Amino acid sequence: MGIFSVYIVNKAGGLIYQYDHNTQRPEVEKTFSYPLELVLKTFDDKVVVAFGERDGIKVGHTVLSINGIPAEGKVLQDRRDILDVLNDESNYPINIKFGRAKLTANEKLMLASMFHSLFAIGCQLSPEQRSSGIDLLETDTFKLHCFQTMTGIKFIVMTDPKQTAVDIFLKKLYEVYSDFALKNPFYSLDMPIRCDLFETNLQAAIEQSERQGVSNI
Amino acid sequence: MTIYNFYIFDRNGVCLYYVEWNRRKQSGMSSEEEFKLMYGMIFSIKSFVNRISPTDVKEGFMTYKTSKYRLHFFETLSGLKFIMNTDLNVGNIRDILQQIYSTIYVEYVIKNPIIELDKPITSELFKTKLDDYMKGLPFFPAKVS
Repeated sequence: MGIFSVYIVNKAGGLIYQYDHNTQRPEVEKTFSYPLELVLKTFDDKVVVAFGERDGIKVGHTVLSINGIPAEGKVLQDRRDILDVLNDESNYPINIKFGRAKLTANEKLMLASMFHSLFAIGCQLSPEQRSSGIDLLETDTFKLHCFQTMTGIKFIVMTDPKQTAVDIFLKKLYEVYSDFALKNPFYSLDMPIRCDLFETNLQAAIEQSERQGVSNI
Repeated sequence: MTIYNFYIFDRNGVCLYYVEWNRRKQSGMSSEEEFKLMYGMIFSIKSFVNRISPTDVKEGFMTYKTSKYRLHFFETLSGLKFIMNTDLNVGNIRDILQQIYSTIYVEYVIKNPIIELDKPITSELFKTKLDDYMKGLPFFPAKVS
């Protein structure tokens, strides 16, 4: 699977670039009959499973679509409220698709600044002199690699736990940033990056790194 | 290889136990504030990982490293958190944290009838057992300061 996503955070903690690469989110589709066993709640403007894990549907999954009609927040695309639809017995049997919701632009901004502060706290809590912030954060589902430049810009890459040679990729990312964002006369420092050349070169770098990362194993 | 320090937090964020061995830098705040900061950071990392993960997490956050140290994290189902800081040469020590829980915490704290579970641990027995266990670990430095 390789590289999941790339975040670039400026020295103030603002997200200036984000790219999602082949993220396959788990989705579960199931047909239910009238009293719905799952307990659903609205959270952050989404309908979320609060209780009753079953058949791959986990607590925290959101309702993605009902009978093939995609959900947009708390309502369906045809403006019907999801909870009202699910409470109405005449709509059953009903087919609901659950899954992890995609992060919204707002959530991405928030998470990027959150990591910025965690990085600083990790540095402050160090038991050893002159430590940097968080370089690598490991979980069971992904690894988060972070590279901070001398000027304070952070390149954050989320990869598969088995992906190798990510530090080389981070350096390459810095190179691409310097060549195609910084050298672009229309780019202003610390502002969101909107350059086509940067984007295409970044994608090429990701693909190259994924090929190498796999062949190294 | 070395172990710097070790924290146990309960599910409410109370620091039950703290011990340090070869710590070379203090954080420049009172220990009480440091515990709050540590718990707060771990709490935030957990929520950060849960939100940013592309797939469903099981264990969630396990360890992070910086240029100088590595933080290992283990949480029991009851919300008890074990945090150990070591240097970078130490690999995965999740099983060791799990063992501290099952063979030391459970044996000498849970099974001790006079210990109140939501208060910091003052038991000398627990302290010596933990210290002996740590000093017996292969990556504990020979020269103890």
